[in-house]
Amino acid sequence: MPTSALRQLFASVNPVPHNAGPGFRVIHVQGSSMLTLIGVLIVIIGFALRVNPLLVVTVAGIATGVAGGLSPVAIVSDFGRAFTENRYVGLVWLTLPVIGLLERSGLKERAQELISRIQSATTGRVLLLYLAIRQLTASIGLTSLGGQAQMVRPLIAPMAEAAAEARFGELPDKTRYLILAHAAAVDNVGVFFGEDIFLAMGSVLLIKGFLDENGIRLTPLHIALWAIPTAIAVFIIHGARLLLLDRRLNKQFKDRKT
Amino acid sequence: MIRLEFIYALGGLLFLTVAVLEFLDRANPKRYRKTAFWGIYGITFLFGSVLPPFATGCLVILMVLVTGWKDLGASKVKTTTEAERRQSAARLRDKLFIPALCIPLVTFLGTLLLPKIAINGQALAAAKDATLISLGLSVIVALVAALWLFRQRFVTSLHEGRRLLTAVGTVAVLPQLLAALGALFAAAGVGQVVSALVGRFIPVNDAFWVVTAYTLGMALFTMIMGNAFAAFPVMTAGIGLPLIVHKLGGDPAIMAAVGMLSGYCGTLMTPMAANFNIVPVALLELPDKNGVVRVQVPTGLVLLAVNTLLMYFLVFRF
Repeated sequence: MPTSALRQLFASVNPVPHNAGPGFRVIHVQGSSMLTLIGVLIVIIGFALRVNPLLVVTVAGIATGVAGGLSPVAIVSDFGRAFTENRYVGLVWLTLPVIGLLERSGLKERAQELISRIQSATTGRVLLLYLAIRQLTASIGLTSLGGQAQMVRPLIAPMAEAAAEARFGELPDKTRYLILAHAAAVDNVGVFFGEDIFLAMGSVLLIKGFLDENGIRLTPLHIALWAIPTAIAVFIIHGARLLLLDRRLNKQFKDRKT
Repeated sequence: MIRLEFIYALGGLLFLTVAVLEFLDRANPKRYRKTAFWGIYGITFLFGSVLPPFATGCLVILMVLVTGWKDLGASKVKTTTEAERRQSAARLRDKLFIPALCIPLVTFLGTLLLPKIAINGQALAAAKDATLISLGLSVIVALVAALWLFRQRFVTSLHEGRRLLTAVGTVAVLPQLLAALGALFAAAGVGQVVSALVGRFIPVNDAFWVVTAYTLGMALFTMIMGNAFAAFPVMTAGIGLPLIVHKLGGDPAIMAAVGMLSGYCGTLMTPMAANFNIVPVALLELPDKNGVVRVQVPTGLVLLAVNTLLMYFLVFRF
């Protein structure tokens, strides 16, 4: 994970913002402190009502800043600074021209053809295999060997879909969407609970940095070691759910089985 | 030496190109607003490190206002038909996978090698930026490979980029905006308020409830912030260190590692973690915005319970 997240982290340990104006109030005054939660409330309501999320987040940010006693210029500047510092999350869009080119040349169709030729391939098994690969590669630091734009859209989702189509024929939209959502979920679960085992990963370093600051010295190995039980647990839990997905599909389309 | 700024410029140029293509398409609904949106986003990418933060902030707010009450919607871009794609797949066969695999492989190799290769005593890329720089380079390699293997024109890739980027839509900037919101939450002290609230409700002498408050608090606060990294210092300073470690004598490594992973359970269950949970919805063109979160919630909840028990049974034993 990138350094800006670390910077943000250490900024949040210190309650007084670096650019607090003279109007800044100390947080633990009861009345004004609860008011800073207004941004959270706006996000919850806005997301629930399905208002344009960009608008919701911006309004929530401004409201939080005002409630926290920041000056308008400080609010806009903080917003701009953080937006620039987090440009790295937007870099994933650079892959889209290539992915688009691959799609128009038939990548999805080819991936689907290959999967439908493997007799034993099912949606759940395809995703289970990807979960194992994603978790293992992430645990040795290879988090870049995956991702929603790079792997899931062009390869994993079409394969998971094709495995079901090869067995049951054309799928109703609802089932198709469920399979695609599962494909995205597997990528997330795999990387989240794999990367923490890797010593040099942001989260391990962040924990070490935080404990160091508080006078507790630990090696990264010590921290990474204790991520292993959870990693095994999530593989069992999510793996079981993927096999249940297979059972559910089998049941739903039992008269269609080829 | 390759600087990260160079890759950001590449991104900026892509977004500006999309803006131009949106403008040139006369049949495009909401054409001017789409042009403005991608144009401003491109400018913030290209000039982000030169512009004063206040100016960037104003641009971002303008960009958000342009999107209005609802999303701008995808643009119609001509691409191949399914029959054409099947034909092309039959012709190109496994060659199709070469550029697709170039992206992760070059990213991986670059991350390993770029910081190690030095020219005139200067590494090709700084170690901390190596992954992002390699991602940018991998796209160039994959693009060249695809253009050459499939005999396509460069401009086709730009149209395809526009097709996919506008299919994702304005949600593309949401992860960055949420990070900015997180910064404002931090500046306004939202974290301290939340940990004070949680701290008020737990019996501080009961080990099980203290552990539960910490793991649940990590998950909940991560769901609010969309980021376990933001929740960790607040919850750990509020509950983990003073209660689990200092008062009850728990092991700090177990407390911290399992605590962070409880936060990750929260990440699975919130639309606030947009790059993981909302971006794929857009990429896979799912009708339900919460489709991915919905699938992840059962795993998140069960794992949170497992984490709580793991911490309770392990943290006081080592």
